[in-house]
Amino acid sequence: MIAIIKYNAGNVQSVQYALQRIGADSIVTDDEAAIRNASKVIFPGVGHANAAMEYLRERELDKVIVSLQQPVLGICLGLQLLCNHSEEGDTTCMGIFDTEVKLFESSNLKIPQIGWNNIYDYNSVLFSGLNEDAFVYTVHSYYAAVNNETVAKTDYVLPYSAALQKDNFYAVQFHPEKSGKVGETILKNFIQLP
Amino acid sequence: MLTKRIIPCLDIKDGRTVKGINFESIRDAGDPVELAIIYSEQGADELVFLDITATVEKRKTLVELVKRIAANINIPFTVGGGISTVEDVALLLQNGADKISVNTAAFKTPDLIEELSNAFGSQCVVLAIDTKKEDDSEWYVYLNGGRTKTFTKTIDWAKQAVDLGVGEILLTSMNNDGTKNGFALDITATLSNSLSVPVIASGGAGTVEHFKDVFQSANADAALAASIFHYKEIEIPELKKYLQPFVNIRM
Repeated sequence: MIAIIKYNAGNVQSVQYALQRIGADSIVTDDEAAIRNASKVIFPGVGHANAAMEYLRERELDKVIVSLQQPVLGICLGLQLLCNHSEEGDTTCMGIFDTEVKLFESSNLKIPQIGWNNIYDYNSVLFSGLNEDAFVYTVHSYYAAVNNETVAKTDYVLPYSAALQKDNFYAVQFHPEKSGKVGETILKNFIQLP
Repeated sequence: MLTKRIIPCLDIKDGRTVKGINFESIRDAGDPVELAIIYSEQGADELVFLDITATVEKRKTLVELVKRIAANINIPFTVGGGISTVEDVALLLQNGADKISVNTAAFKTPDLIEELSNAFGSQCVVLAIDTKKEDDSEWYVYLNGGRTKTFTKTIDWAKQAVDLGVGEILLTSMNNDGTKNGFALDITATLSNSLSVPVIASGGAGTVEHFKDVFQSANADAALAASIFHYKEIEIPELKKYLQPFVNIRM
């Protein structure tokens, strides 16, 4: 059973539907025991970093998340909250990934970045079976800077971390649940992790 | 590189597609979900579902439909038509819509935009504007599905709405809609070049060249069309193949 962490962020339902389409059972829950007992944990998110971190801290879900031993997949805001700090609301995040989340700054490119962009420089089993430069759907104004935990990159304004990985923690900035067949492959790779 | 998006639009009434469609592979031509699956498999980058159901009770059907769409398709979709409250939006998003579009209600109560973007984030709030070029060569905002003229210039309303928090503009030119003579390049370019958010051009698509023009000359971020896709006058794979040498496109 896969646990999808329930908190005040949208898009949770879409993740559950995407898992259903690849034949994986999941529950949406904020119960600590259910999260700890799950074979895999997905930490989704669309919303504001500060509001989301406050919500998680009030329920002590932040402590639960950082102590998990099974594979964890952060998606979008989920990736950002697993980094050290976000410029969005000057928010101290959970610090799994040793990098900063910053606001895109550009005079000519539109922000948020909305649409399909390609990922490259894969260095994770999450991307097994994908062609280089696969297209994924992405919607965000903030990005995680590239660091040595970066396992895929995307270019928008500058190259940023499309995916991060450290120990049992995996995270993607884009939305695999909305990224067509490419997204399905990534989710399948995640649920097949040992 | 971020790609230009191709967006088929489906008109929905009482949970069914309206306007004719011409897909032999569909068992039930009225089922929006079947059509949505075909478009997503053909390479549509997003879908828009525009609900033209008039009565409040029948709008419940829309929520059921949104649930079925979300369960069955793996690309993003926007739902619009008659949305006027935060509660309407919460219900649609909870059931799996990625974005919602607002039009007349947002014009009448601009605070709605701010409420929506604060509650759900700008990224899921699309402002639909129906616009018409008048004899004075200015583009004005029209409401109520194009039936009501206003004296507000489209560029002014669009700028105000971006300041209030909309994340995207869906711009339909009433002069071009249904003509198949091409998109309204001037107003699309004006908006796209002066706004910080993406602009989806709508109205007038008739040939593959029209899409190239709206992306290249008018700098649109996405292009939306309905009947040319429904009647298979242009098919998405062929359109994307044509566009590939000219603009970034997801193949």
